[in-house]
Amino acid sequence: MSAAPSKKEGFFDCRDSFAATIETLAERDPRIVTVVSDSVGSSKLGGFRKKFPERMVNVGIAEQTLVAVGAGLANGGKVPFVSAASCFITGRAMEQVKADIAYSNVNVKLIGQSSGVAYGELGPTHHSIEDLAWLRLFNNLTLIVPADPWQTEQAILAAAELNGPVFVRVSRMPVPALQRAEGAKFEIGKAETLVDGTDATIIANGTMVHRAVAAAAALRSEGISARVVNMATVNPLDDAAIAAAAETGAIVTIEEHSVRGGLGGAVAEIIAGTNPVPMRIMGFPGFVPTGSAEWLMEHYGLTETGIAEAVRQTIARKK
Amino acid sequence: MNSPALQRNDMVPEIAAKALWIRRRSFQMVYEAQQGHPGGDFSAADILATLYFGVMRYDPHAPADPGRDRFVMSKGHCTGAFYSVLAAAGYFPEADLKTYMEPLSKLNGHPNRNYLPGVETNTGPLGHGLPVATGIAIAGQLDNADFRTFVLTGDGELQEGSNWECALTAAHRKLENLTLIVDRNRLQQGARTEETATLDPLDEKWRAFGWHVEVVDGHDHAQLRDVLSASPKGRGKPLCVIANTFKGKGVSFMHDNVAWHHGVPNKEQYEQAMAELV
Repeated sequence: MSAAPSKKEGFFDCRDSFAATIETLAERDPRIVTVVSDSVGSSKLGGFRKKFPERMVNVGIAEQTLVAVGAGLANGGKVPFVSAASCFITGRAMEQVKADIAYSNVNVKLIGQSSGVAYGELGPTHHSIEDLAWLRLFNNLTLIVPADPWQTEQAILAAAELNGPVFVRVSRMPVPALQRAEGAKFEIGKAETLVDGTDATIIANGTMVHRAVAAAAALRSEGISARVVNMATVNPLDDAAIAAAAETGAIVTIEEHSVRGGLGGAVAEIIAGTNPVPMRIMGFPGFVPTGSAEWLMEHYGLTETGIAEAVRQTIARKK
Repeated sequence: MNSPALQRNDMVPEIAAKALWIRRRSFQMVYEAQQGHPGGDFSAADILATLYFGVMRYDPHAPADPGRDRFVMSKGHCTGAFYSVLAAAGYFPEADLKTYMEPLSKLNGHPNRNYLPGVETNTGPLGHGLPVATGIAIAGQLDNADFRTFVLTGDGELQEGSNWECALTAAHRKLENLTLIVDRNRLQQGARTEETATLDPLDEKWRAFGWHVEVVDGHDHAQLRDVLSASPKGRGKPLCVIANTFKGKGVSFMHDNVAWHHGVPNKEQYEQAMAELV
């Protein structure tokens, strides 16, 4: 029924990482429970259900109840991981996320699965390219958009560690494991520089990070030094990394999200008040036409060549 | 004034005294702030007094005690009554009530758990309390804990669909540790519930959703206490108590009068009300 992306050699579905990590966490912390809205399969939680049948709460297809029950479980001393398709856990339950989770400031972890345009041909009802713009308004809600399997694992572990509300945006789009220095660590609110550069900075997150790294490599061959920053935490933002990006004189942001109000908007809000430099926000313009996830990314230039061209154009706008 | 309800209330004089105090204190708060929802404060006053002084187990000095009974005020706009009962129960000094709705007060127009002990979840938008209370009850069920969770909703509030999706979940999980009390005053903000979106037969609706239902006089302390303090063990269903009440109960000119949903008294009205609330 769904538009599952084809399996590619060396590429991973980050939901597998989420599922493995939550099982490990549950083994060592009896407070961990999962909450789903008939979303066991789409969250890849079949294994969890088998191992911990009593610790999975399935409320039925009822997202308002899903999110509110998470808040109640936290009140009762549990550490709930509330998991459903990102389009529904956000849009359908937005007031519960606002009042019961964020404003109440409770220790609940919301997992938005299959975010972005991963559902491809199923269309904008099932795409979740608005989620970050909506959630970014809740100032105390930590937002993490991991870029690969390792970072997904680290984000889930960090979310469990943090005493407060967290949203982790998990993709089902296949992504490669990123190359990192030995001993790399993940820290909430700290961006990682994957490629050094001085002519421009590409700030990316999630499924766009590996494309940004490829674009930087292509640009290097023509003598353009582009930095790549993986801004996995959208709230709180790494202001220092953004300030350093502005120092390169040109910024391109890219995300599997609308160009309105997401990572690009967040970065623009910062540099507008500190060091305005030429900037380009890449993403989707709004509701998109029918097409597979890969086709949509091609169509809107969210590709290695599209990013490289945006960097060239943004550098050309330097005074 | 020899109604059966009043006679029975005399059997539980402490609860009756607290309910009267809640009415007087909350009305003073609304008068001084010139804001609030006094009609709903008054319809809920007897329910709140009975819960806090005749039913629930709690220690106001240990508001995070994992074994405490929980109360969720889903009709979060009725903070006059809610803050009054929390102060009366000892969660914070009565003197704090004077700050109701003042700038930087902990006593916001709607309750905030991060400001005040005794508030379990932030409410205000309707239809939020029952689903959160259901989550609390599920936590108790998972731990086989013996605390109970009570939630008070308005009746107009039941027009919010979130209550009904959650009603399925709570019944499916046989949450006998969960009790919903509906403040059935038959008035919503602008009109009667039955003229707006019909709720009756409300008891049959909850039964059809798999709940155990009791219908009581929501101003009769003894009846409320008996129904609410009965052990839920073995019932195998969540409990819905439909408490028939009157908006503005206790003051003649406010009684069953929709104008007092968020009406505020002038000096004369305030003095007349206080003269009646004795």
